[in-house]
Amino acid sequence: MGEFNIKKQSKKYDAVIVGSGAGGGMAAYILANAGLKVCIIEAGAMYDPQKNVTQLKNPWESPRRGASTKHRPFGDFDACYWGWEIDGEPYTKEKGTQWDWWRARMLGGRTNHWGRISLRFGPKDFKRRSIDGLGDDWPISYDDIKPFYDRVDKLIGVFGTNEGLENDPDGFFLPPPKPRLHELFIKNAATTAGVRVIPSRLSILTKPINNDRGSCQFCGQCNRNCSYWKADFSSTNVLIYPALKTGNVDIIPNAMAREVLTNDEGLTTGVSYVNKDDMMEYQVMGKTVIVAASACESARLLLNSKSQRHPNGLANSSNVVGKYLHDSTGAALGGVLPALFDRKRYNEDGVGGMHIYSPWWLDNKKLDFPRGYHIEYWGGMSQPSYGFGWGIENQNGKYVIHGKSKQPGGYGASLKEDYRFFYGAGVGMAGRGEAIALESNYCAIDPNVVDKYGIPVLKFNVKWSEHEINQAKHMKETFKEIMHNMGAIITWGGDDDASNNYGLETPGKIIHEAGTVRMGNDAKKSALNKYSQAHDCKNLFCVDGGQFVSQADKNITWTILALSMRASEYIIDEMKKQNL
Amino acid sequence: MDRRKSIKTLVIGAAASGILVDACKPSDKKTPEATADAFAGLDRMKEEKAAYDKIAAEPDFFTEHEMKTIKVLQDIIIPKDDISGSASDAKVHEFIGYIVKEKTELQTPLRGGLRWLDLQCIKRYEKSFVECDSKQQLAMVDDIAWPEIEYKDDKGNVVKKGKVKPNMQQGVSFFSLLRNLVATGFYTSEIGVKDLGYAGNTPNRWNGVPDDVLKQYNLAYTDKELKECVSFEKV
Repeated sequence: MGEFNIKKQSKKYDAVIVGSGAGGGMAAYILANAGLKVCIIEAGAMYDPQKNVTQLKNPWESPRRGASTKHRPFGDFDACYWGWEIDGEPYTKEKGTQWDWWRARMLGGRTNHWGRISLRFGPKDFKRRSIDGLGDDWPISYDDIKPFYDRVDKLIGVFGTNEGLENDPDGFFLPPPKPRLHELFIKNAATTAGVRVIPSRLSILTKPINNDRGSCQFCGQCNRNCSYWKADFSSTNVLIYPALKTGNVDIIPNAMAREVLTNDEGLTTGVSYVNKDDMMEYQVMGKTVIVAASACESARLLLNSKSQRHPNGLANSSNVVGKYLHDSTGAALGGVLPALFDRKRYNEDGVGGMHIYSPWWLDNKKLDFPRGYHIEYWGGMSQPSYGFGWGIENQNGKYVIHGKSKQPGGYGASLKEDYRFFYGAGVGMAGRGEAIALESNYCAIDPNVVDKYGIPVLKFNVKWSEHEINQAKHMKETFKEIMHNMGAIITWGGDDDASNNYGLETPGKIIHEAGTVRMGNDAKKSALNKYSQAHDCKNLFCVDGGQFVSQADKNITWTILALSMRASEYIIDEMKKQNL
Repeated sequence: MDRRKSIKTLVIGAAASGILVDACKPSDKKTPEATADAFAGLDRMKEEKAAYDKIAAEPDFFTEHEMKTIKVLQDIIIPKDDISGSASDAKVHEFIGYIVKEKTELQTPLRGGLRWLDLQCIKRYEKSFVECDSKQQLAMVDDIAWPEIEYKDDKGNVVKKGKVKPNMQQGVSFFSLLRNLVATGFYTSEIGVKDLGYAGNTPNRWNGVPDDVLKQYNLAYTDKELKECVSFEKV
């Protein structure tokens, strides 16, 4: 045994949490504030937004001028470490299927750079099978989760407006920012097309809500995380570091979970992990284990946690772990708005992201696809970055510039005039829709491949169905109409057809994966009960996107936060009752 | 290749110890600064620091002659004008020198394009591009600076614009790529951002579109927006 031994921590925690994103961060915050001793194991590096800063940097402060790398696929100033590929951590795909898997590897996970679009699911979103016969109903209703949404709104802060919409519930909103110029054009054009436009709902503080966090400085850089004011929601700024202040939380970074440990009775006793720095094996013990490693990583961890009592992987007697994997649908197009050529300059950074959006506005009973989508918009005068000015010949050869018709391309003072003329005239939009969670779309352990830590990797098997393809077709038709109504010219994404699924992004690309450890009342068809607790193992919980039965036409983070808060309070109650 | 080794190789070839001394003077800017300076405090994780330092330590991709040619071309593309300085003023060539080491797919089209350009100039003027006088250089550039484009007009008709002379298309492709890189390098520099008039990246309070701009476009906020949106005292 001399050369290879496993180091066991003597301390026994009340909860060991795997992952520190929205789900893990909220669980740590709630449990630690209730006095429980918590250990977070995180596969990525430590990260402190107060020290690790990319906000308010200029493009020339990056030698690659903001270009993306494999370490920062969303650009050199983006806050997220890693993404589409990680050295030494492969995954595989079944032939003829597609899946792009985003993996953040840092404290706080992808909440450090996400879009802050914070939407509650509506009453219908929990009961879709009852409405259209597809997928399954959730074991909970909107009324069960509403109190937690209310508390998440108040604890974290979100701006928006109460519109009294049936399936886009009201909340406790801070005032939204006024629309930007291109957003006023979009609003008018979309409204003419019959598409409802309302203020966006983003977890960004337009007013202070407590003494620890400031309010938005309108630099438009939420994807860099708010180092200056903690004015947007990230798990690090808003949950993890505040939880650390209780003294009840230990964090083990660079710790790749290998297995959830169980005893002879089949209950969890802790987690084994490999420390990426020293490559040694460790175990950390806890009365409960909460997995929140992201939908697919949590499924992988459970599937890799086989024992005599759990021969099919932990929490998987139902055989559903890894199944029902689904992402948001996505399709986009963009172009230029000639009305904005040669526009006046002023600072319109605003908040990080859109000031307006369109929640789903139609009745699917009258359409050839069962679920809706929302529309996100962008455009205007943003900070130049790598790629700026690319392909000027397609603009200066096409549009009249200061009364002159020019030849495409060129050089010199006349060319400089053109770059100035076209700057800030871009507009675009994207749909984010609900896919149907299908049993046939899944990730499973690849029997042949391990990562550099020797942990078996996931093999994906996901295909879009006609539901999603028809939805993308509808998105593109809607976007074209909006662009046409405002007099914009489409320069990309306008030529899609059936041969490319109408521009429907490959599954995984929208980074809203969910469904792999789903909850339900029937232990034969679900991994978790309605409190995010494993049917097969009462001291095991899953609080990330894995637990979702379906993901609605809403970004899932706000619901992850609400469900994690709910599960965490259930854990506290059950511990008080000595059930755990 | 290790930077020191490459210098050594050069020196042995030149058989002159004086060159070694020159090459090691601090004014020799060929090796970019290590991560800490190059990113000016920008957050970097361990793995990306290592990746950057490795690339930065590699010898320059472009030869001295190639770099000289790029400098002439970049100032033809982005010269000094009434509003801002030139590409050379913005040190765009340094950006191009770095980015080709990172985005290696740019190397062949640029190296090959530069050689194509020199060969054209030798045929026409019996001189390389940089040795040509500025009139000759501009005549050459005029043959490769205007690509053909194709687009659909409002009625869906295909419109073709631009006309490339026979046998010039390779030069046009090269020049278009260089124009893209020069524009990106320039407009992401301090001089270029100022030229564009990008006014953000600074703490401020968004109070909506300025009144004169709303008026220019005949737009107005609704009463609902004015009531429900956040607003700040005008300074």
